[in-house]
Amino acid sequence: MNWLDTIVQGVLLGGLYALFAAGLSLVFGIMRLVNLAHGDLIVLAAYLILVIVSVLGISPFLAVTIALPLMFASGYVLQRVVLNRVLGEDILPPLLVTFGISVVLQNTMQEAFSADTRRLPPGDIGTASLQVAGLNIGVMPLLTFASAVLVIVVLNQIFYRTALGRAFRATSDDATTASLMGIRPSRIFAQATGIALMIVTIAALYLGMRANFDPSIGPARLIYAFEAVIIGGLGSLWGTLAGGVIIGVAQTVGAAINPEWQILAGHVAFLLVLLVKPRGLFPRAVD
Amino acid sequence: MALLSTHGLTARYGQFQALFGVDIELGEGECVAIIGANGAGKTTLMRSISGVLRNAPASVRLRGEEIGALPADEVMKRGISMVPEGRRLFPSLTVEENLLIGGQVRKGSGYWTLERIYALFPILAERRRNAGTALSGGQQQMVAIGRALMANPDVLLCDEISLGLAPVVIKDIYKAVPLIRESGASMIVVEQDIGQALKVADRVYCMMEGRVTLSGRPEELTREAIHAAYFGVQHA
Repeated sequence: MNWLDTIVQGVLLGGLYALFAAGLSLVFGIMRLVNLAHGDLIVLAAYLILVIVSVLGISPFLAVTIALPLMFASGYVLQRVVLNRVLGEDILPPLLVTFGISVVLQNTMQEAFSADTRRLPPGDIGTASLQVAGLNIGVMPLLTFASAVLVIVVLNQIFYRTALGRAFRATSDDATTASLMGIRPSRIFAQATGIALMIVTIAALYLGMRANFDPSIGPARLIYAFEAVIIGGLGSLWGTLAGGVIIGVAQTVGAAINPEWQILAGHVAFLLVLLVKPRGLFPRAVD
Repeated sequence: MALLSTHGLTARYGQFQALFGVDIELGEGECVAIIGANGAGKTTLMRSISGVLRNAPASVRLRGEEIGALPADEVMKRGISMVPEGRRLFPSLTVEENLLIGGQVRKGSGYWTLERIYALFPILAERRRNAGTALSGGQQQMVAIGRALMANPDVLLCDEISLGLAPVVIKDIYKAVPLIRESGASMIVVEQDIGQALKVADRVYCMMEGRVTLSGRPEELTREAIHAAYFGVQHA
């Protein structure tokens, strides 16, 4: 067994988990909202890309450019119409509502697309690989990881270099005082959820091309996303990438020892990190 | 017509009524002080005018427009900025970002820019990269005032800007008031320090238990009248 190869594959797999988690991390960081429907929204985005691919006969990479604005709009509306109404001091209402949305999404997708497993056609890229330093690295995992890094770089740029990012941080600190600056918190939250669902769409692209999906797999993606966010420290985007990588490496190493241990090893790594650093690796100082 | 006025303004926090039919006026270019003891309703009045607390539409008017029911962000866009009690800087933002966010949505006349704020409070230029909340209380108050000025408001509401600060720092902060007025902003200054209020204001309102108990020009008000209106005690 080649350990270096196993670890590289794990790091690249971590990119996928970071993509699952980045949207969750963004929304939690800005409005302290835990979206239990996050995994199902990833699956929904995968079906949306699939529909666009089938109807227009284009590649998933092209289809995603159509899906991105649609998912942004869905996120904006979802936040304005539903989630803003339940945000407040009490964390229970948003949990209940997003749990409800999760159930509704799963059942609706089951009705619309049946329980059959589907896959996005990856084309030649799905099997292409590169030889680097004696390692055989798949182009698809590499693209996934590069996309995760790019998403986190772009999010950080938005957060720390733009007026919108300043408004995100200010509203997250103190929504009432932000409104005294002319900022409408409900619109800021809606834009944040819109952006989160764009990240969800990118995650869905790779999820759908790398593996089969069906309407029921959302909650398991949510668990991976949660673990990555919590390992990284709530609200820290680079921490979320680190969290994804830790789960990814733990899974591939676990699988290398015994294929049955793959999933378990990821969860064990999560628990170990929490034992050592209960607030995650990079907790935000202000919390 | 007054620039800003309240008309029979009432406010409640649940069962508790904090304001009982408050009428005040602010003229163009004027500086009005609102004095009163703790719990008199001064901060509630500021929160009502700024839209943090919503009221009946006609209870607050800006140049005759009814703005009492507008949310805070809409009130701000119409030209009323507030320096809130306790300063409320954004902890995740640097000093400079705290200033920039004040002028992000509304720039108004454009007189107040980062450079002019730094000229008004030079210490802030040195601390521009620090977290806003890492500054001393007086410096934080300067940031809060600068942040509100960045929107170039027509009306600047200052809620308890000297509270908890050392006298020498208060002097520094009040030095900025004439400059702010020259820039074209009319001001409402909430103060517990009666001496400071009388010095800076064209007119004074005194509040007690949610009502205006006295108003007038500083030179017209006798010490006894102010004491009676402030504490509710009559001097023999």
